[in-house]
Amino acid sequence: MDAATTLPIMAPASAEIFLAVAGLILLMAGVFRGENSLKPLSWAVIAAFAVAAALVVLRGGDAVAFNGLFITDGFAQFAKILILIGSSFAIVLSLGYLEREQAGRFEFPVLILFATLGMLLMVSANDLIMLYMGMELQSLALYVVASIRRDTLKSTEAGLKYFVLGALSSGMLLYGCSMIYGFTGTTNFDGLATVLNGESAPSTGLVIGLVFLVTGLAFKVSAVPFHMWTPDVYEGAPTPVTALFAVAPKVAAIALFLRVMIDPFGDQVASWQQVVVFVSLASMVVGALAAIMQTNIKRLMAYSSIGHMGFALVGIAAGTEAGATGVLIYMATYIFMNIGAFAVILGMRRDGRLVESLSDLAGLSRTHPMMALALMIFMFSMAGIPPLAGFFGKWYVFMAAIDAGLYGLAIVGVLASVVGAFYYLRIVKIMYFDEAEQPLDGAVAGDLRVILYGAAAITVLFFVILSPIYDTAAAAAASLIGA
Amino acid sequence: MLEQWLLTIVTFGPLLGVAFILTVRGTPEQVASSSRWLALVASGSVFLISLLILTYFDPNSAEFQLVQKVEWIPGSSIAYHMGVDGISVWFVLLSTLLTPICILASWEAVQNRVREYMIAFLVLETMMVGMFCALDIFLFYIFFEAVLIPMFLIIGVWGGARRVYAAFKFFLYTLAGSVLMMLAILAMYWQAGTTDIPTLMETRFLSDVQMWLWLAFFASFAVKVPMWPVHTWLPDAHVEAPTAGSVILAGVLLKMGGYGFLRFSIPMFPEASDAFAPLVYTLSVVAVIYTSLVALVQNDMKKLIAYSSVAHMGFVTIGMFTMTTQGVEGSIFQMLSHGIVSGALFLCVGVVYDRMHTREIDAYGGLAENMPRYALIFMLFMMASVGLPGTSGFVGELLILAGAFQVNTWLAAFTATGLILGAAYMLYLYRRVIFGKLEKEQLKALLDLSPREIAVFAPLVILVLWMGIYPSTFTDLMSASVDNLITNYKVALGEAGTAVAAR
Repeated sequence: MDAATTLPIMAPASAEIFLAVAGLILLMAGVFRGENSLKPLSWAVIAAFAVAAALVVLRGGDAVAFNGLFITDGFAQFAKILILIGSSFAIVLSLGYLEREQAGRFEFPVLILFATLGMLLMVSANDLIMLYMGMELQSLALYVVASIRRDTLKSTEAGLKYFVLGALSSGMLLYGCSMIYGFTGTTNFDGLATVLNGESAPSTGLVIGLVFLVTGLAFKVSAVPFHMWTPDVYEGAPTPVTALFAVAPKVAAIALFLRVMIDPFGDQVASWQQVVVFVSLASMVVGALAAIMQTNIKRLMAYSSIGHMGFALVGIAAGTEAGATGVLIYMATYIFMNIGAFAVILGMRRDGRLVESLSDLAGLSRTHPMMALALMIFMFSMAGIPPLAGFFGKWYVFMAAIDAGLYGLAIVGVLASVVGAFYYLRIVKIMYFDEAEQPLDGAVAGDLRVILYGAAAITVLFFVILSPIYDTAAAAAASLIGA
Repeated sequence: MLEQWLLTIVTFGPLLGVAFILTVRGTPEQVASSSRWLALVASGSVFLISLLILTYFDPNSAEFQLVQKVEWIPGSSIAYHMGVDGISVWFVLLSTLLTPICILASWEAVQNRVREYMIAFLVLETMMVGMFCALDIFLFYIFFEAVLIPMFLIIGVWGGARRVYAAFKFFLYTLAGSVLMMLAILAMYWQAGTTDIPTLMETRFLSDVQMWLWLAFFASFAVKVPMWPVHTWLPDAHVEAPTAGSVILAGVLLKMGGYGFLRFSIPMFPEASDAFAPLVYTLSVVAVIYTSLVALVQNDMKKLIAYSSVAHMGFVTIGMFTMTTQGVEGSIFQMLSHGIVSGALFLCVGVVYDRMHTREIDAYGGLAENMPRYALIFMLFMMASVGLPGTSGFVGELLILAGAFQVNTWLAAFTATGLILGAAYMLYLYRRVIFGKLEKEQLKALLDLSPREIAVFAPLVILVLWMGIYPSTFTDLMSASVDNLITNYKVALGEAGTAVAAR
């Protein structure tokens, strides 16, 4: 095939191809420039993300590439933009951290770039093979990033744990994929949809495969009962890496989850709905209850994210267009709250060292009023109190659940959100009602502050941009369901 | 032009004050003082502007007035829709009146983080007013819930010894009720395809659907009102909140529940309201009698008034579910009256608390001797709370009893015992605090009301007497809307009745 026919076929994947090439070039640049190239490389990666985002936006419209392995549609676009935003913020957060902790390695931003590339491929996957490939590219890069601080026990432990459990989940996922392939004869999503279309009772083997597939995906979104790795990895990984884990891979995994459930198995809702409902319920309840006992803020954020994934899964469980819209809006609110909260955590320093205990926040409202205000906004938002962003996400996922007739799920879900509100309020209480014993260090670094205030402003003023976000998300959901 | 924007200006006016307060710079004393003045000026001007609502308001129309509707999220047919009718207009004014009074009442009592305190109150005002004006149920829910954030902080930061417990209890109790209402709102959205309140009022929901929706709304409003047995957050929140926080809690926040019943439960789910009315009566009668008895044995002044609030709100819920003109008008009137009277009573407690820093009734006695002006004002509000003719409390309670009599004599009889018990605990409180010999040494040094405190009480005194002596000023504005509410309710029930008969 000559270039004139090959290039248009590859055009839908231009953002991914650009990122892959950029990653290779930056890696070479890093090798030749050495250790002091962290900062320019980081900014170069962010610039590459910006270009990729532009390419994603410009390459609108539904298209399939690589013989149906790869798909771009409004849904993929929406998720990709969120992923790119999340990854860029995580890199910005890591800049100051790596410098201060003297853990700077030029590979770090490049690894995040490759992980992000993997995530983009995940949301564009239109084939079980592609799904697995994107997921592994993402995971392998993230395993390394989690243990980027080779000299600390916690970080290496986190990386190893993440790797072992991630590999296990990949195995399950692959097993599920092979079962599905065995019973349907295709790995392509469109092919699967055609095979399964109109089939009233799917074969047992297919259901088993589907359950394993869901298990593998649930591992990646850290949904209960496959959540055990999350608190340890969150606590052990360097904080900016935790921030990255909390946002970008979650968006990618949830988007992939949604696509897999709706696209090929959309006609088999009855086969997977109860599994997703259970996973969602368990995540909401465990996320809410287990977080109450935590004293380490990063572990708390881990349980919080488990709970949040439970809420996002409510939208998936609905399995409708409204559900997909809800999930997308939920993830959009989720990344800003989380990035902001992690910016606060990175600003928690005493005598130049990072502290992570909840009690270190005591009296923050007096010593760092703006930081406390921002964290309060994030906490109320995560608790789902209007008019903050988190409420709108909850509103739309529960709207879908009610529409789909999942009343029990909705009732338990909202009650779990009340229990969850308790620990978010506890953080507000520590900051505002308790007196400071040992104040944290003074000024927060400039780059952190930009992210902190930016995320807080978006969280507070989300209702202003809600209408366009809703329209975009609804269009994205329509493109997913219609496909 | 102004007509359209008036409610928006009143709602978001306080936020302008917040913006000014945020720009204040200087020493801590300067910041505190400027914040106080800015908050007072902002809330005072908002009150004056809100009076304009009355001049534009047509009392003969049951329609929503001063309506503003702007598209917000067209995709899910949610609009920024504001407007008032005869039911909500007085609550808007009650909120805008009580806020400057609260700020004035906290002038000296709050010395700690004054700037944040004033910001919390102004934000709270925005949320309260917005809630009463919202004509989109989504918008309503946002304001309804958002109230929790500033109130949580007010109780938790500036409250008493057990403030953390009280703040959490308040927040979680109310949230638990509200989230169920959220699900009901979502279900209504899918049934009716809109969140527009006037449209929803015309939508007929199926009877069995109505029952579930009614119960979900009830979960939220019953906690807010609060009704027995979900009232337990109220005494804690009241006792631990700073004086001004208690005033707003009793004055406006409890009314959000009553207003919710009138705006949503009754007009939107008439059949369910009819079916569940006995439940409401029972819970309310229990509340009236039980909490009155509890109030009788309290040693803490604030707790006593808190329990009396539960009893008085029991009257309100009885009145509105009788669905008679007298009952509904009476319950609205009683809510307004209670908003002013209980607010004033908390301010009365605040006056002596600021001087003595205790709310124990036993610590007082004989205050009539050295605080005659205080004793007079306290007596007036005590009498208004008891329901003495000539005060606002009398009108509301009488109307409610008249409404209750039309429904069920026993209901009226049980409700009326609340009046006697109310007189008992209030007079008992008054005797122990004001009368008797002035024996305690610390009490002898107490000063009578300062000019600032008189300024705080003056508008409330005038209103209590005005409402008691010439209630028509207030009932005239609400009667068209109340009649409309009752007519629609009867029509809906009639339709449902014929539908059943036809089956």
